[in-house]
Amino acid sequence: MAGSIQSVERAAAVLRLLAGGERRLGLTDVATALGLAKGTTHGILRTLQQEGFVEQDEASGKYQLGAELLRLGNSYLDVHELRARALVWTDDLARASGESVYLGVLHQQGVLIVHHVFRPDDSRQVLEVGAMQPLHSTALGKVLTAFDPVAHREALELERERFTPRTVTEPAEFEGVLDLIRARGWAADLEETWDGVASVAAPVHDRRRMPVGAVGITGAVERVCDDGEIRARLVAAVRDCARAVSRDLGGGRF
Amino acid sequence: MTDNHTAATSSHGEGPFIAAIDQGTTSSRCIVFDRDGRIVSVDQKEHEQIFPKPGWVEHDAAEIWTNVQEVVSGALAKAGITKGDVKALGITNQRETTVLWDKNTGEPVHNALVWQDTRTDALCKELGRNVGQDRFRRETGLPLASYFAGPKIRWMLDNVEGLRERAEAGEILFGTMDSWVIWNLTGGPNGGVHVTDVTNASRTLLMNLQTLDWDERILSSMEIPATVLPQIRSSAEVYGYAKGALEGVPVASALGDQQAALFGQTCFSKGEAKSTYGTGTFLLLNTGDTPVNSYNGLLTTVGYRIGDQAPVYALEGSIAVTGSLVQWMRDQMGLIKSAAEIETLASSVEDNGGAYFVPAFSGLFAPYWRSDARGVIAGLTRYVTKAHIARAVLEATAWQTREIVDAMNKDSGVDLTALKVDGGMTSNNLLMQTIADVLDAPVVRPMVAETTCLGAAYAAGLAVGFWRDTDELRANWRRAAEWTPRMDAATRDREYKNWLKAVERTMGWIEEEH
Ligand SMILES: Nc1ncnc2c1ncn2[C@@H]1O[C@H](COP(=O)(O)OP(=O)(O)OP(=O)(O)O)[C@@H](O)[C@H]1O
Ligand SMILES: [Mg+2]
Repeated sequence: MAGSIQSVERAAAVLRLLAGGERRLGLTDVATALGLAKGTTHGILRTLQQEGFVEQDEASGKYQLGAELLRLGNSYLDVHELRARALVWTDDLARASGESVYLGVLHQQGVLIVHHVFRPDDSRQVLEVGAMQPLHSTALGKVLTAFDPVAHREALELERERFTPRTVTEPAEFEGVLDLIRARGWAADLEETWDGVASVAAPVHDRRRMPVGAVGITGAVERVCDDGEIRARLVAAVRDCARAVSRDLGGGRF
Repeated sequence: MTDNHTAATSSHGEGPFIAAIDQGTTSSRCIVFDRDGRIVSVDQKEHEQIFPKPGWVEHDAAEIWTNVQEVVSGALAKAGITKGDVKALGITNQRETTVLWDKNTGEPVHNALVWQDTRTDALCKELGRNVGQDRFRRETGLPLASYFAGPKIRWMLDNVEGLRERAEAGEILFGTMDSWVIWNLTGGPNGGVHVTDVTNASRTLLMNLQTLDWDERILSSMEIPATVLPQIRSSAEVYGYAKGALEGVPVASALGDQQAALFGQTCFSKGEAKSTYGTGTFLLLNTGDTPVNSYNGLLTTVGYRIGDQAPVYALEGSIAVTGSLVQWMRDQMGLIKSAAEIETLASSVEDNGGAYFVPAFSGLFAPYWRSDARGVIAGLTRYVTKAHIARAVLEATAWQTREIVDAMNKDSGVDLTALKVDGGMTSNNLLMQTIADVLDAPVVRPMVAETTCLGAAYAAGLAVGFWRDTDELRANWRRAAEWTPRMDAATRDREYKNWLKAVERTMGWIEEEH
């Protein structure tokens, strides 16, 4: 097969062998079954062990599949689970900030709003769960683009519409914005999507530091900003919330 | 920026705080609240569900007490505070679950019988004599059903060897979980106070709703010696002071979990109602200072009583199985990995595919009160997939709510304009939308989803003067979300009819034993 790497092929064969039939195999069993030298086989098993894909039983010295492999298979985080975990913290963010809170995930070429908490005043508001927001101009979208490589590719490929005079559309300038977001750990949208509206968002990570979503607040510029910048207090509240949700995702099942 | 802060405490002041213990059906938790009613920290621990036989459900009360101590320490540690920062401790609890213990050793004499346990069905029939289910309804507001505590006490007295003699000799104490926790908190065998509050007492079938005291006549009919019973107190007053880890902190409130949620939702005025979606679902309507009789299968119960103020009554619609059906789909059927995934599965189809799931696992509660009913899935064809069943699971919660709301309208004569909701299932967006659709009324979620703990904290805070009055609490209420109905009337009527047909098919499954 053109371009295939022999050691990766062999590692795959080892994993397949351990996954089928007998669960635990010794070094000699693996080497014989695959027709490989013992030294080569040992090297492959050791590397797989370091990555957590294979574990060695201390008493018998036999090998079996490792926990990391199971985790790999179950890594997809259900968005409804994400909402359930975020509920307490996003409620608290709305109360602390006085603004409406959104939780978003990457979906196709945009941000899917999976949770929305109303601004805590008595005004009439409409639940926006299920709505889509653009990736390149909103705070939620930019956080996802900065931290999730898949979102990054989508944001670069799609046509970045200029919603307001402040929307960043040029590739080089856009990459510069993303670098700053990665360095600071949060993103802002200062009237880049809607006139008069600003937002700030931070990434939510799962226990393996994978970016699984973004949480943020959105509100009128005159409330959210001070001197053309997002108020520091609000940035801190959003980041605290994102960290609290991330921490909760590291725990056991619901 | 604030990296070494714990998120849970960063935006809160120095305190003081109120801590609330929620001793629930599946877990015990402790939450620390600040003056604005905002959550500072949470700690939670599940306990074992013991199913010795079909229909029997037990808890190990000693395990529960250990867990309660752990979550209290856990919540204080997470908040980074000590007992000195805690102004008062409030208690709320799963209701009706019954424990009897030895006064001198503090040892439970049997596993606690959980509210879902149906072993006293036959006993309840027997106790109804020639009158039937409503024999004690005028005094207690309740039908004779295995759900309530009184018959559970009687079952243990009859079935644990030598217990009746020990009880009559004054060696045994009875409590619902509030009494058990408070007695242990305040010293246990060394001076623990043996009390319960009016809301918990109103679920025993032993308390008279007018006098708010134990009813002698019912006690003798049920053959329960008065010596085992706790003293009935208000829901918000200092019962005693904690010993041990919380040494000196006033124990200042007790409310059944559903009444606590009513309190936490600040439903302080006549006509205000809430519905809590947890293991089961319970809709309570504040009826002010008069107990309203139900002719439509609802319960008359005490809502709360603050100190020596007049008691506030409520009408209640109780649904035994809602969230626990989702847990059953996860644990027994293995169709989902977490409760939240039910929404993902259900959202993968447009409708129920013709399937209806009536989860009468422990008979039917309100408005039917049929202990002979058992669960059915009706309308099955080869077209139906697990996703349709998931949808039917969520719809079951919605239709059961509709039945209760219809009964409430008939009993109270008030039309529901909006439904205030809380509890673990409110994180399910599809479910909340479905409820709005089948009720044809908006569904509103408040900003603190943990209203049960909040209610206990509010009551404890009022008792020690941390909060001035209920108006101050009401000002804390905020709307977090609102779902508006969007189902057309024809669909709603057709689906409701189908649901009612499925309900009919659950009844009479269990044959009379005698
Ligand atoms: N996203 C969800 N969708 C559907 N059901 C859910 C969801 N999240 C939680 N649940 C259900 O909600 C219940 C947990 O909610 P909650 O903690 O409010 O229950 P509870 O009755 O108060 O429990 P306890 O009696 O232990 O206090 C569980 O039965 C669970 O199956
Ligand atoms: Mg509860």
